[in-house]
Amino acid sequence: MFYREAGQFRTTYAEDQQLFPIRQDRIGAIFFLLFAFLVVPIASVTPVLERAIDFQYWYGGVLIPFLIFSLAALGLNILTGYAGQLSFGTAAFMAVGAFAAYNLELRVPGIPMLASFILAGIIAALVGIVFGLPSLRVKGFYLAVATLAAQFFVVWALTKFGWFSNYSSSGVITAQKLVVFAYAFDTPVKRYVLVLAIVSVMALAAKNMVRGSLGRAWMAVRDMDVAAEVVGIPMMKTKLLAFAISSFYCGVAGALYAFAYLGTVEPTGFDLDLSFRIFFMIIVGGVGSILGSFLGAAFIVLLPIFLDLSAGSLERGFGLRLPPGLVSNLTLIAFGALIVFFLVVEPLGLARLWEIAKEKLRLWPFPH
Amino acid sequence: MQFFFEVLIGGLLAGVMYSLVALGFVLIYKASGVFNFAQGAMVFFAALTMVGFTELGAPFWLAVALALGAMIILAVLTERVVLRPLVNQPQNTLFMATIGLSFFVEGVAQMTWGAQVRALDLGIADEPIGWISEKTGMNISKFDLVASGIAAALVVVLAVFFNRTSTGRALRAVADDHQAALSIGISLQRIWVIVWIVAGFVALVTGMLWGARNGVQFALTFLALKALPVLILGGFESVAGAIVGGLIVGASEKLAEVYLAKYVGGGGIEPWFPYVLALLFLLVRPEGLFGEKHIDRV
Repeated sequence: MFYREAGQFRTTYAEDQQLFPIRQDRIGAIFFLLFAFLVVPIASVTPVLERAIDFQYWYGGVLIPFLIFSLAALGLNILTGYAGQLSFGTAAFMAVGAFAAYNLELRVPGIPMLASFILAGIIAALVGIVFGLPSLRVKGFYLAVATLAAQFFVVWALTKFGWFSNYSSSGVITAQKLVVFAYAFDTPVKRYVLVLAIVSVMALAAKNMVRGSLGRAWMAVRDMDVAAEVVGIPMMKTKLLAFAISSFYCGVAGALYAFAYLGTVEPTGFDLDLSFRIFFMIIVGGVGSILGSFLGAAFIVLLPIFLDLSAGSLERGFGLRLPPGLVSNLTLIAFGALIVFFLVVEPLGLARLWEIAKEKLRLWPFPH
Repeated sequence: MQFFFEVLIGGLLAGVMYSLVALGFVLIYKASGVFNFAQGAMVFFAALTMVGFTELGAPFWLAVALALGAMIILAVLTERVVLRPLVNQPQNTLFMATIGLSFFVEGVAQMTWGAQVRALDLGIADEPIGWISEKTGMNISKFDLVASGIAAALVVVLAVFFNRTSTGRALRAVADDHQAALSIGISLQRIWVIVWIVAGFVALVTGMLWGARNGVQFALTFLALKALPVLILGGFESVAGAIVGGLIVGASEKLAEVYLAKYVGGGGIEPWFPYVLALLFLLVRPEGLFGEKHIDRV
């Protein structure tokens, strides 16, 4: 009933290929963006809500990391979900982005912040191409091992060569103040709006990309690379573009991670664990789905917070003394179990559940 | 020159330890085509369980037996919960599932036994052997030699098991061709449980040796990452490849640390050097030294 597309005729190819072919989706997307851009920030200055909710925490500690991880997951999803190239180097490409943006701001006088973010993404893309070269020869977990080389090498190089961190001890960098168009984004709410704008634009760009010829070429390579090559898809261009664009997204995400979220980062913060966390996001959210990147990021960001809160309320409510490290171990167990669960039960992740819900909503409340 | 040999031998002996980890990977990969990322977590879990029981007052042999029992339970559960529902899925899916498994096992291990570093004493001193030092001036640890001896014994036992027992033959049949094995009445499920138990046993031995050297701690899980370049070099399907690959990685990373590091800005290249080596190797010979050639068909 709610998702009935009866009467929505598509009479041109352009209409058939638009980003959101169903009217309800279109309205929903616009409504959602308006909500995210207007209602959420305005709510934070509403006096009634301000007393009830700790907005500093929810913006700085939940919403901003959610958006940034969504962007990184989007990058990984382009590479793994659409082009089928397994990668565990996500955190390394984020690190490249973060350190590149820092150095650009530091060494190029007067460079606009957004320009340095874009350049940081491009630098990450170049690094991605270099470490994507093995994908021309190997695939599957052989390739995963090759991307692990990127992971270890980049972290080592950023720690080893002081130039990258302006010779600070142990490679810690403190990101410059976030100023765009002479406007200082100095509170979590302002930063949230900036991050949201960047992520929205890049997500729409990704959605646009995967429906076009490039996205189709990626999917052909994913589904069977030999067959794709036989029908004339240029293997080198397609695979390396996947690495480049994926790394671009990860690089921008890394720059935002340093500038808009943490403020102070060090190379070892971008370790294999972070790569795995982003990898989990796309598995849980949905491999090969833009929406899935967001759902997965939300899930993986919220799960530890949820476990933490419930452990805290258990301790307070029942006066229990929970052993230290219990929550972090439970998080590990929950992550592991979830991965297996999703792979077995719903390999296409939360995004697929949303599709099923849509199918149901279309008929509801009628049986047929 | 003498220094070169000392580094080389030290590297080779460290390589034996890498081979042990890689061996667990190869066993499972051969029998089920699953690239088991959880091998490192299994090493950690096995060693921690063994030490945990010792701390509870169990004698050495009982603790080992109990740890082995835990590995058997883990193998059965893995087959039931992870492998059986994912039969016939692409290799990548199974690989990702084992990543999930490794997180799960790490979490369970730490929750059961706690996260602190524990010492494990096998009664073998980690000190240079006197008479070798006197004769040649090279320092070779007694512990390293014993570890290599154990590794060699393990390989012999496994070789006998694979070649002389009917179960071992069934394992090789499954590795060769799943369908053909099924059609002559070999139970895939039983074989998988057995091979995961054997891998669990190898993990226990590895965990005890590594644990005795570096302490039983979370860092043991990173062993899986050390074993990956070993597998790339040696080939995923070959026990001999795991051994040779381990030796190459062990020797080359120590030699690189000593002789190459100064050209790239100082030390600390050990973590990534094996990967770069494996990467270069992949470009030339993607199937590894002893692996089977991959043929893609449309």
